[in-house]
Parts: sequence; structure tokens; C-alpha cells
Amino acid sequence: MSHLEELRRKVNLTEYTIDNVNSTDFPGTYNGYDDSWSQGKFEETFQIDIVSLSGCDMEFDMVGVDAAIANAVRRILLAEVPTMAIETVSIWNNTSIIQDEVLAHRLGLIPIKADPRLFEYRQKDSEEQTSEDTIQFKLKVKCSRNTLVSDATDPDVLYKNHKVYTRDMEWVPLPGQEHLVSKIDLTLVKGLSRSAELGDEMELDLELHCVKGIGKDHAKFSPVATASYRLLPEIRLLRRFYDDEAEKLQKCFSPGVIDLVETSDGRKVAKVVNARLDTCSRNVFRHDDLKDGVLLQKVRDHFIFSVESTGILAPDVLVSEAIKILIGKCQKFLQELDEGAGDKGRQKKGKRT
Amino acid sequence: MATQETMKKPALEMLDTRNDGDETVQTFILHDEDHTLGNALKYILNKNPEVIFVGYSITHPSESKINLRIQTSGRPAVDVLKQAFKDLKQMCSHMLTTFESSTKYYKENHVDDTDMS
Repeated sequence: MSHLEELRRKVNLTEYTIDNVNSTDFPGTYNGYDDSWSQGKFEETFQIDIVSLSGCDMEFDMVGVDAAIANAVRRILLAEVPTMAIETVSIWNNTSIIQDEVLAHRLGLIPIKADPRLFEYRQKDSEEQTSEDTIQFKLKVKCSRNTLVSDATDPDVLYKNHKVYTRDMEWVPLPGQEHLVSKIDLTLVKGLSRSAELGDEMELDLELHCVKGIGKDHAKFSPVATASYRLLPEIRLLRRFYDDEAEKLQKCFSPGVIDLVETSDGRKVAKVVNARLDTCSRNVFRHDDLKDGVLLQKVRDHFIFSVESTGILAPDVLVSEAIKILIGKCQKFLQELDEGAGDKGRQKKGKRT
Repeated sequence: MATQETMKKPALEMLDTRNDGDETVQTFILHDEDHTLGNALKYILNKNPEVIFVGYSITHPSESKINLRIQTSGRPAVDVLKQAFKDLKQMCSHMLTTFESSTKYYKENHVDDTDMS
């Protein structure tokens, strides 16, 4: 690969620095390259491979895209894909040792497994909650002595309802939400999350109101536990490493990255088999005898995404939604430009006359 | 909430500082946006050979808006911005279809383990 191609496509990891970090594939940077935007070229190179998708976790490769775009998708996943979460709590009674505000905050963090696409955002000035924008739950629990046992010391045995779980929350469909009973699964994601602990005769009597919101407003609305990406590592051995040296080299990388291959004359030689597994610790650069023979790089446009959903929506749905939100943003501004550009033109003309 | 405000006032404003009729230089204010759209837009605008300069800044951490400045070599900056939004939208549409066909393909070949539990 030519030096120029290297500059354009790779990020270099050296002992103390990371070089060639910024994207440079813009018109005017390189002589002989046409770097202007071309949808056709993009479609030719762009690729998505799903590596794994099971339960709440997903890993996929996004290849042929700039960090600016990949990062936009990641940021939208974290902060702009909406979910439903408890926003207000009406406390009729709380005799537990948890303060009202602490309890309300804890309740807010419970993931509510309701498809946010079936609901609207709550209007800022509206006092009334409607069936379109609110899900209501009831939580009424009272702890009492278990009369069947007398000499127990374990509070779980001694008391009934000693621990309050999210499964104790009961959905109260608002008028007009009856049709949702069959359509959506309003069970909570983790039916056993503990939300409070009660002692003898302590009582909770609460009304919980969930609204639709985004993570930018409050982290409780974030639909992902984590959403991150890393660049695909690339490791090149510039010379051969034999026997002891090869074993030492192998230990510098994550397990599975370097393999020791037997040569015809009975020696072991180090070979890179799966650079993807490397965590890019750069441990190899700590050894003066090894560091000159290794080139560590990352592929600038190969993103290994990892998305972990909280369980409200499947991770693949979340990524789709995130891209749709980015499209929506473009659409919104395009519409305004189409409406507003004319206004400015008129304004300008007015000034000239 | 933030989404409500965008309904009332326009999300895009043009800063009108010079009145010499030069349309190739323009600062745009994008309300309720941050690095998410700002950096993506900067990238796509930089890809346009007609753009001489593009940069954006978040005016203040407690203000949810960005200033986006575009200088072009001749075309009105508004047109260039419009083109950028079109390109970005087209790009995302392709990303979406690619992603959805990839997941569909994956699910067809891994029937048992995609169920969320």
C-alpha cells in the first residue's frame, strides 16, 4: 500500500502517540484523488455485517463510513432515541425509610417495556394526561409480620412484602388504552428489580406516571445500557519472530491474536491470525527487542459497533430508529430551508429598493 | 420539553450580519442541535469542493444551539447547506436499508437466538 493510501486509510498506534488521527479525505487535500461526495461511491463501499444479535446485545461492523457519521449514530442511540419512563410519582403514603424524593428517583430509573412508538410526547403546557402520552401504574404494598413463623431472624421469612419489587407495580390502563392490552407487552423489563425495602407495618401507596422522553433530557430515557464503537485493529509483523521471542510476542496481545505456527525445521514462528480480538493495549512497545518488528494500526473507516439495549426495544430496532432520527433531522431542516429561503430572498430585495 | 419548543420557533436561523449582498458567506444557527448533527454536517460540507470553509461551534454549554459557518467559492451558502442536508439524508437512507437487509439476512440464518428475553 502506498504511503498516501496508508495516510488516508489507517490510524497509527505508536509507543507514546496515536498518529494520523483525523480524516483527511476531503477535496483539495490530495493531488490525484477525487474526494468530493458521491452517493454512488459511498453505496459501493458501504457495508454492514451483523456479527451477533441475541437478546439485548448486538455487535455489528459498519464499514466505509466516516467517524462523523458513525458517531452521530452512536450519540443518537444514547441520547435521542425515545423511551417511556416514570416522570412523576404521586405519593399517597410512604412510611418506609426511603425518602419520597429518593424513592421517586429510583422508580424513574426502572425500564418500562412499552413501545415508545405507540405514544406521543407530553405537551409542555398540558395539565391533563391523555391515553396517548401517559402510562399509569399503581404501587401499593404493605409489609406485615408473617404469623406462621415466630423464631425466624431472616427478614425475608419474618415479614411478608419485606422487599418491594417492580413486579408489584400494576398497570392501570387509562380510558382509551384498553386496545393496548393485547398490542403491547407492558410487563417490566426486569420483573425482579428491587425498588425498596420495607420494615414491619411500613407501607407504600403510589401512583406512577410514565411519559415519553429522550436521553438528552434525562438519562433514564436512554434506551441503551451501552452503545459504543471501536476501530478494527490491524497488526503487521515486519520481521519473523521465532520460538521464545514468538511466545513473548504472543503474550503482548489479547488471547487469540497471535498464533504460533510450526515451521518445517521444527521452529515456532509467530503469525497474526485475528487482529480483531486485540484490545490495542500496545504492550508490545514495552519490549525494546520486539517493538521495532511490529506495526500497530487501525482501519479508519471500519467501525465495530456494540449496542446493548436495556430491554425495552431490540438492539437492531434501536439502531434503525437512530438512523431514522438522523434522517428526520435532515428532513426537518430541509423543509425549513425550503420555506425560509424564499423569505430571506424577499427581505434582501426589500433592502435594495 | 425540548421537542415542544422546536414546534413553536424555527429550528434554523440565518445570522444577518453583513448586508452587502454577499450570499457566499453565511452563519446559520441550528437550534436544539449539538455535535451529533454539527459534526456530521461539517463532514458532508467539507466533502463539497465548492466549500472553502466550514466550521461549527456550540455557543455555550447551557445553550442548546450551534453556529454553523459556511464560506463557498461562488454558490450561495444556503444552496450548499441544502445540498448537504440532501446528501446526508440520502446517505442515511442507504445506511438504513443496508442495515435492515443485513439484520433480516442475519435473522433468517440465526432463527433461534434473536429472541429478546
